[in-house]
Amino acid sequence: MARDMSDKDILKMEIEQLQKEVKNTREPVSKTAKELCEFVEAQSAEDPLIKGVPEDKNPFKEKGGCIIT
Amino acid sequence: MYPSIHPSIHLSTLTSISSSPVIIYVHLAVQQLQTLCFLANFPLAKMAAQEVQPSETIAKLKSESEALKTKLEEERAKLHDVELHQVAEKVDPLGQFVMKTRRTLKGHGNKVLCMDWCKDKRRIVSSSQDGKVIVWDAFTTNKEHAVTMPCTWVMACAYAPSGCAVACGGLDNKCSVYPLSLDKNENLAAKKKSVAMHTNYLSACSFTNSDMQILTSSGDGTCALWDVESGQLLQSFHGHAADVLCLDLAPSETGNTFVSGGCDKKANVWDMRSGQCIQSFETHESDINSVRYYPSGDAFASGSDDATCRLYDLRADREVAIYSKESIIFGASSVDFSLSGRLLFGGYNDYTINVWDVLKGTRVSILFGHENRVSTLRVSPDGTAFCSGSWDHTLRVRE
Repeated sequence: MARDMSDKDILKMEIEQLQKEVKNTREPVSKTAKELCEFVEAQSAEDPLIKGVPEDKNPFKEKGGCIIT
Repeated sequence: MYPSIHPSIHLSTLTSISSSPVIIYVHLAVQQLQTLCFLANFPLAKMAAQEVQPSETIAKLKSESEALKTKLEEERAKLHDVELHQVAEKVDPLGQFVMKTRRTLKGHGNKVLCMDWCKDKRRIVSSSQDGKVIVWDAFTTNKEHAVTMPCTWVMACAYAPSGCAVACGGLDNKCSVYPLSLDKNENLAAKKKSVAMHTNYLSACSFTNSDMQILTSSGDGTCALWDVESGQLLQSFHGHAADVLCLDLAPSETGNTFVSGGCDKKANVWDMRSGQCIQSFETHESDINSVRYYPSGDAFASGSDDATCRLYDLRADREVAIYSKESIIFGASSVDFSLSGRLLFGGYNDYTINVWDVLKGTRVSILFGHENRVSTLRVSPDGTAFCSGSWDHTLRVRE
């Protein structure tokens, strides 16, 4: 556990991890950012918190008064 | 939010607050108070002994570590050819937002620390400092179940995917599962099952895709995967240098990974099968209180005591956005995305919820209402509403 490890062991763990991470494959931000934007735009139309929910379908609508007909 | 006792971490938290001396003093006083609460769990004598070590090998290791970090940043920088908000300039801006509180759930006797939605989109489980775990029907605000835990500060709770059980834990260092009975008179505590055992407090828990496995994170610096039925440890995840405060599982389509955030200011992405840390991000200036995957699984957001939320792109392997304002000086305790990932909701220690445009990096709304820190926040499974829990003892459902 991290709390029981000495500073030396923690540093060794960090170094081992960093050596692995330097070798990771990466993609350019221009490509990934574009894909993030595309994902969001495709989904935004169906996002209830953005487009709102019509009152009659809204399960959280205000508990209104009663109407006696 | 829950500080580790390591003196150097104390110092770094202190220096990260760049505002007035008064606030630093108050923050330090609060830190000291919280530290006193945790003293029982920490042997100070052992701490003092570890500080006195031969400094040469440590210095050598430190410089090797720094050199590797610089190399990693260089590799990442090579692909940093554009900013997210620049790419997002073509995206239509969002309109005005009006979000109202639709339900206020009252019943906890003390600070609400954690909450989770059931997959049925109407039930909520919440846990509190007073040891109570309550299951609510958010549509009617009725309390359906209540359990009293044998410890205070129940910092973590989660709903099982089937909706038939809840998991919770905190200062008891365990994660326990309670099957929810349809019989209101049945004593839930009788059927309790202890699943996870850590050597320090439980900070977060989450079921995986089924009721059969639970992922936990702890103040002991590790995360762990457990089999619910047998209580067996299936995998443990070592890599954080201090308390782990939060975790989130990747959306099921993207495979077996999860992200964790801790007091060492790092956010780590893990492979659940091998136990290996795949990627690690260290750009926050203080404890990371909350992490949440982006709906596509290609990115995740984090909220931190440094008063910022950040977005990390997993394929570009770097931070791509910071959500901050000069006027926001209190830590973010919890974050979650709207269904499409366009909005990021952040609950803060200054009692507010800030709503951010994820792509453009701007704040679109600020929500008031809570009378104390917002400690937990989740968007409902179908994205129609979100719920926030606070130290003011209440939960609010808004849309």
